[in-house]
Amino acid sequence: MTTNGVSIPAPLGLLAELTHRCPLGCPYCSNPLVLDKRDDELEVATWARVFKEASALGVLQVHLSGGEPAARRDLVEIVKSARDAGLYSNLITSAVGLTRQTLRTLADVGLDHVQISIQDSDEASADHIAGYKGAFARKRALAMEVVKLGLPLTINMVVHRANIARIPAMVELSLSLGASRVEIAHVQYYGWALQNRAALMPTREQVDKAVAEVEGLRETLRGRIVIDAVVPDYYARFPKPCVGGWGRRSLNVTPAGKVLPCHAAEVIPDLEFWNVREHSLGEIWRSSPAFMAFRGSDWMQEPCRSCALKDKDFGGCRCQAFLLVGNARAADPVCHLSPHHPVVQHLASVHRDQPYLYRHS
Amino acid sequence: MTEVADSARPKLPRGVRLTHNEAQGGWLLLAPERVFKADTVAVEILKRCTGEASIAAIVDDLAKAFTGAPRERIHADVLKLIGGLAEKKLLELA
Repeated sequence: MTTNGVSIPAPLGLLAELTHRCPLGCPYCSNPLVLDKRDDELEVATWARVFKEASALGVLQVHLSGGEPAARRDLVEIVKSARDAGLYSNLITSAVGLTRQTLRTLADVGLDHVQISIQDSDEASADHIAGYKGAFARKRALAMEVVKLGLPLTINMVVHRANIARIPAMVELSLSLGASRVEIAHVQYYGWALQNRAALMPTREQVDKAVAEVEGLRETLRGRIVIDAVVPDYYARFPKPCVGGWGRRSLNVTPAGKVLPCHAAEVIPDLEFWNVREHSLGEIWRSSPAFMAFRGSDWMQEPCRSCALKDKDFGGCRCQAFLLVGNARAADPVCHLSPHHPVVQHLASVHRDQPYLYRHS
Repeated sequence: MTEVADSARPKLPRGVRLTHNEAQGGWLLLAPERVFKADTVAVEILKRCTGEASIAAIVDDLAKAFTGAPRERIHADVLKLIGGLAEKKLLELA
């Protein structure tokens, strides 16, 4: 399929942000600083339509996220509609506010997989990071319930300066809870995380040690647990192929129905996003200005334009290029070939032990 | 790679599904936050991973269905695929 000469592949994944409401206040949250309001949230019938349209486009998996998806009273109906549309349903939850009863009902209607975030292996630190006393205990209890119900469990651990020293303990905790997969995700600096960058940024020594530890754990735990890692990109020399390339593999629907090529895309000025209330998902995927903006490679500037890797990393992250360089068409400055790479190196060296700015709904 | 005995009875665990999707060009194995393309050989093997048939029975069945291929070759392909998938937690060996 092509639009204006640019080939349009079939998307694989849909990130459905059901709500921005969340009981936790994690300082690395990637939600936007201005959150969608409860009154503006899409109703079940619209989500059901979106899921059917997504499935017809080729989407295989829907990631039900937020905010905290369990803040929605109609979560069960939403999951059921995703399954009815033939999608693989993945619930991404803080586990706070999700009751055992709801979890059991979700398993009954066919939920495929649960991902629970845990902020640290140390309980006091975990509750401090989440900004919610008692969060850790609830997460542990619900994780065990997930496994008891026979659902596959992923534990997501977001890593930053306050917990990076405890990666082996965090993986051990995931194993003891019965998780089949653990994500060691270094903070990506967007949204609230960008506001807290100096408080979250680990040191070079910490990052080097962490990367080596993850590699070692992968070897020793092979066959027992799958360890996936999200790289600390401020310390990288090459940029990440952000969202698998703009408008190539995934789409993100906000609580109020705006469709974004990635969850941070609203930071880029002058992009025109379409809403599922006014357009079908297929129309939006194929023709909305925001999706067309950085498809293909015609938009690229040097050093990307003539780079041998341009079809591999797609110039990195458009949002990061805008946030750090002020130009969404520039190379992601994480790339060592970017003339702005020293900016990233400098920011990675700025560490301030200051109180977190917690996100608030 | 995980060692697989001929008596093992492989099965797709909950959260792993084999599916066909026209827009994605064929058969796929859906797993927690991962998607794998399944080629023709993989699909034939995976369709037989019901938790009831043993590796030996799966190989026999495949040898009957694909008379052109020698049994040893099929056996090796089955062990390789199933061992690799078990290591990634995409198959259970009961």
